[in-house]
Amino acid sequence: MRSWTFFLIAAAVGAVVFFGAHLVVQNDYVYFAGYTVLQFVVLATAWNILGGYCGYVNFGSAAFFALGAYSTVALHKLAPMPIPVLILIGGIVSGVVGLGMGYLTLRLRGAFFAIATLALAVVLQTLIVNWDYVGGSRGAYVIRPATMQILGFTINYITYLFLVMLTLAVLAITAARAIERSRLGFGFATIRDDELAAEASGVPTLRLKLIATTLSGGLMGMAGAPFPYYIGFLEPSSAFGLAYAVNSIAMPMIGGTTMWAGPLIGALLLGTLQQIATVTISSAVNLLIVGLLLVVFVIIAPKGIVGLVQDRRRARQKP
Amino acid sequence: MDFQLALLIDAVVAGLLLGGFYAAVTAGITIAFGILDIVNIAHPAFIILGSYIAYIVNTSFGIDPILVSILMLPAFYALGAAVYQVYYLSFEKRGQDALRGLAFFFGLLFITEVGLILTFGVDYRYVNAAYIGGTVQLGPMNLPLRMLVPFVVSMILIGALQYFLARTFTGRAIMAVAQDQFALRLMAADPVRIKRIAFGISIGVAAMAGAFLIVIQPVEPSVGREYIGRVFAICVLGGMGSLPGTVIAAMLLGVVESITSTFYGPSWAPAVAFGFLLLTLAFRPAGILGR
Amino acid sequence: MSEPLLRIEGLSKRFGGFVALDSVDLEVQPGERLGLIGPNGSGKSTLVNCICGTLQNEVGSVRFQGKALDGMSAHERTHIGLARSFQLPRPFASMTLMDNVRIPLIYTVQARAGAQRTLAGLDVRCRELLAMVGLDGKARQWPRDLTQVEMRKLELARAVAAEPKLLIADESMAGLSHSEIDDILALLLRLNEQQGITVILIEHIMSAVMSFSQRLAVLVSGRKIADGEPADVVNDPEVVRAYLGQ
Repeated sequence: MRSWTFFLIAAAVGAVVFFGAHLVVQNDYVYFAGYTVLQFVVLATAWNILGGYCGYVNFGSAAFFALGAYSTVALHKLAPMPIPVLILIGGIVSGVVGLGMGYLTLRLRGAFFAIATLALAVVLQTLIVNWDYVGGSRGAYVIRPATMQILGFTINYITYLFLVMLTLAVLAITAARAIERSRLGFGFATIRDDELAAEASGVPTLRLKLIATTLSGGLMGMAGAPFPYYIGFLEPSSAFGLAYAVNSIAMPMIGGTTMWAGPLIGALLLGTLQQIATVTISSAVNLLIVGLLLVVFVIIAPKGIVGLVQDRRRARQKP
Repeated sequence: MDFQLALLIDAVVAGLLLGGFYAAVTAGITIAFGILDIVNIAHPAFIILGSYIAYIVNTSFGIDPILVSILMLPAFYALGAAVYQVYYLSFEKRGQDALRGLAFFFGLLFITEVGLILTFGVDYRYVNAAYIGGTVQLGPMNLPLRMLVPFVVSMILIGALQYFLARTFTGRAIMAVAQDQFALRLMAADPVRIKRIAFGISIGVAAMAGAFLIVIQPVEPSVGREYIGRVFAICVLGGMGSLPGTVIAAMLLGVVESITSTFYGPSWAPAVAFGFLLLTLAFRPAGILGR
Repeated sequence: MSEPLLRIEGLSKRFGGFVALDSVDLEVQPGERLGLIGPNGSGKSTLVNCICGTLQNEVGSVRFQGKALDGMSAHERTHIGLARSFQLPRPFASMTLMDNVRIPLIYTVQARAGAQRTLAGLDVRCRELLAMVGLDGKARQWPRDLTQVEMRKLELARAVAAEPKLLIADESMAGLSHSEIDDILALLLRLNEQQGITVILIEHIMSAVMSFSQRLAVLVSGRKIADGEPADVVNDPEVVRAYLGQ
């Protein structure tokens, strides 16, 4: 319980420092860039709940993200709603899709699940492209208000979106950290290690895998829900962008998959790197860099940055 | 004749031709995933790479793309063997979890696609050959040669592969590698070497199929993504590791896709393969010919 | 005669055309020590897998304490008191030995009781279990640091952690030295006599099976060909033929 309080305080401090840094640099671009980085923190953390803790690879992060984004577009046309509500709904939609897909494929070997997630992205993209209500292949405009009232203060809307994503990121990490130290986390780890032995020890593996898929998918949908307001114009190719699929795998793999800090470090590092590279070089080149880093890391440092640090610390303890 | 019926017959025939080609596209994954149990999701990247090599050689030297496909086979075989060696040393040998192996191939897929985009841009590329644009009259139907030629070559390729796997010593060793490591040892064959050969063949066949692809349609780097679902759907539906099963499943998928795009519009076609795959995995994971 | 703990009737299992188990009947009484022997490929492991739910049998029935197990998943069978060790040890590689035995405590013992004890409260019990197999000195180490015999002991400790009524020890001694075998045998005997756990011992090493078992059953080619007093069974002409005929 004490570690919990400590963590929440640490998270709040981190948030204030991050937010404060943005206040010092009086420039809206910083908010835009910061939003993207935080969005990757959420995606990477969400991916890691299924991928890192349970060992099931999801290649369809973009699909879950886009589901969240498109449920916002659909609802936006129906009736304007506050963003937290949209996030909740986006999370539920993606979570339910995750649960359904898990139910269909999780009884099979892990490789089949991975392939099915690849399939899901394309099926959903085809559905969206052919669904005129949300703009079809042409895309849809979502008008972003200029300002927002919070607690009597009037703030820039992009600042508001940034704060929302910051809250979501802290929430995601808190959830991941809580899972790690719970019965659930132990159960997830047995699935990753050996499913037969897990069952023999009484672990209900299918149920735990479904929980992980639902949580992971739901968080990705939550990350996607505010996206239409951020981007202003949503088209299938941007919502289902390759960057989401590759980054949400590469960030945890590079940061380290066994601990909540891994995806956080990976996302902050790679996310910032990409923000810089997009401005200075080109967005295609920075995706290439991410792909190369991913391959290099899985071959040379399979435990990621967190693993490298832990190994070094252990080596120092045992001379 | 009834117009709808004529459309349907056209769609079925076109689907069968397309399916024959799909079989060639999938043959490599049938070997890699079905027989060797290597989840090579980068397979489509090698297909598209084959398409671009065929494009380069064709536009620079005017060599027929089908001929190019045969000429580049050794190079892609070597590439495949090299990729397997890295995979083996980094993942199989260390007993690393499947997670990282999958991420490795995903990275390869991604690097290839982005690399091609950076080099060639996202414009569609196409090849020139005498038969592209020609047709053959068969009864009331016009069969486009750009479909018929890849179909025929694909069938020859599959036949040759099947002969190789069933009748040659190396082929049998490849079939044995999946089922019975013990029998393999009796044959005095080194499993790693056998797998390396098989994976090399798998990539070689993928590249050849890529050359066929660019005969059928213009190609741009992200076309490969559509093939991820197709090849795995066909491989699983065909019963994993069976070439005859692959051909049947490929033709089935080709026909369904062709009918869908004729009657509902081409924008729905990509979902067909993936829908097939999801349904197969959910209800018939042993494939159509499975137990 | 009381209701048997485990009652298997007409159990058959095929893999494609291959008949792994052919109409097997077997009863195990509470508190009994049963030895199960048979040549390689005779269906012993398939039988264990069908009892424990790793495989589902299509023909025949498995009843545990009078309750039919058909359609129950493996973890549900563990919850009602069936535990097994694996022929090739399958530890949770990313966890310390403590956490390895902690898993059945959380997911079977606590789930069974419906209790919400804290995770830290289990430490004492984890230590006890490791001490029982003589691994308490390595509680904070990882499975990769263990020797063969220690790995088998961990496997047994994890199975016993689930507080089973029936323990199936699947070739827990293969490849071990004489003193190590005696070690494991003594452990199994203690579990049976002091904790009242019924034990099915599947083993190739005849001396071990003979000294441990009160009753002996023989599987050959998926069929049970003998079942009775160990001394009678080993002299049964059919058993002798099955073993020497190979």
